Amino acid sequence: MKSIHVTTTVNGEPAEFICTPDETLLDVLRNRLGLTGSKEGCGTGDCGACSVTVNGRLVCSCLVLGAEAEGAEITTIEGMASGEALHPLQRHFIESAALQCGICTPGILVAAKALLEQNPDPSDSEIRYWLAGNLCRCTGYDKIINAVKSAAAEMRSN
Amino acid sequence: MRYIAAKTADEAAGLLVDEPGLARILAGGTDLLVQLKSGLVEPDLVVDIKNIPGIRDVTPENGGFRIGAAVSAAELGEHKGVLALWPGVVEGVELIGSTQVQGRATMVGNLCNGSPAGDAVPGLVAANATVRITGPGGSRDCPVLDIPAGPGKTTLAKGEIITSVFLPARPENASDAYLRFIPRTEMDIGVASAGVSLELAADGAISAARVALGAVAPKVLLVADAATAIVGSKLEDGALAALAKACEAACNPIDDKRGTIEFRTRTAGVLARRAALIAYQRAGGSK
Repeated sequence: MKSIHVTTTVNGEPAEFICTPDETLLDVLRNRLGLTGSKEGCGTGDCGACSVTVNGRLVCSCLVLGAEAEGAEITTIEGMASGEALHPLQRHFIESAALQCGICTPGILVAAKALLEQNPDPSDSEIRYWLAGNLCRCTGYDKIINAVKSAAAEMRSN
Repeated sequence: MRYIAAKTADEAAGLLVDEPGLARILAGGTDLLVQLKSGLVEPDLVVDIKNIPGIRDVTPENGGFRIGAAVSAAELGEHKGVLALWPGVVEGVELIGSTQVQGRATMVGNLCNGSPAGDAVPGLVAANATVRITGPGGSRDCPVLDIPAGPGKTTLAKGEIITSVFLPARPENASDAYLRFIPRTEMDIGVASAGVSLELAADGAISAARVALGAVAPKVLLVADAATAIVGSKLEDGALAALAKACEAACNPIDDKRGTIEFRTRTAGVLARRAALIAYQRAGGSK
C-alpha cells in the first residue's frame, strides 16, 4: 500500500506523519505520533474511548482515516491540561473518584469538554445523552455525571 | 487500498467508474470504517468526497433547502432553518448513533448504506425529498424513495455519487415528525419506525399526507393507503385507527431477536399514529 504524507495540527502544534491509506487517525495518534492517551476500546465507534475533536467537532478517532487529517485541527486528551495545571474536568474527575480502571476516562474527558464548550450548564439528562457514546464498565456513571456537573459549576464561576 | 480526496464531483465519478476493483465512497465514514475494520469490505479504492466544493453546505433553494452530501448530522441539527421547515427529518437524523457519530455521519451515507432501519430515510421519504446524483452520464435527480434496493443495496449505478439532498418548500400549515422504537433510549438500531408529513387546510383538516415506515420491510416503505386514511380528517380516533391498520397491512418485517414479526407490525402502526399526532400539532392543528 502506498504511504500518504499528511500535514496537520495536533493540540495547536503543527504535525506531520506518514500513514497507510487504511490506517485510522487513532492508530496514527498512538503509533506514529506517540499520543497514547486516546484508547482503542471497540474500534467500531461504539465505546468513545478514542474520542478526539477534528476541526472542533467531537468524533471517534477510530472512525476517521489518518489521511483525512490533512489540513485539519485535531485536539486530543494530551492537549487538555495547561502544562502542570489540570483542566477543571480532570481535577473534578480525580476529586469525585469518577474513574476506576481509567481506560474510558480520556475519551469521556474530551467529550465532556466539548459538551461544556457549547452548554456550560447541562442538566443530568443532557450530560447522560451527550455521553451515551462513552462506555464505562467500572463506575456506574453516577460519579462521572457528578464530576462533570461540579467541574461545570466551577468553570461557570470563574 | 488507495485513498483519493476528489476535488470535484466529476473527478469522484470518474475515479469510481474507472476503478476495475472494488471502490467505496467516504463521507462521514461511520459505516465504511466499521466495514473496513471487520474485513467485510476490502476496497481497492476509497474516494473521499468531503473536499468537493459545496458538498458541506446547506443552501436555501426555491423555498426549501439543498443539503450537501457531506453535511454531518450535528451540522444539520444546528441549522435552524432546516429544523424549522422539516423538524421530522432532522429528528430522524439526530437519532443516528452517539454524539461522536453525529459529528461525522451524514444523511446521504445513512441512505446509501441501504439499511431498512436507517433513521434518516423514512423522514426523507415522507418529505418527498430528492437527491442529486453525479455520474458518468452527467447529473440527474431522483426521489429518495427510489434509492434503496434492499438491505445493503442501492439503485445507484457504478460511478454514480449523490452530491446533495433537496428538501422542498412547504405551505404554511405543514409539518412532520419521526419516531422509532428501540429497546433502550440511545445508541441502537430501530426495530420499527415511522415518518409522517402533513399539510393542513384552513379548517385544520389534513389536505395532504405522506407516511413512511422503516425497519418493517426490505426497504423503507411509502404507505399510500395510510395517507389516504387520514386525508380529510382531523385525526379523529377512527382516522387514526385506519392509519394504523393501513400501516400494519403494509409491513413485511423480518423476525429476529430484536423484534418478532407481530411486534414490529403492531409497533409500526402505533408509531405512525403517534408521529401523525405530533406532526399535526406542529402543523398548527389542535385537538
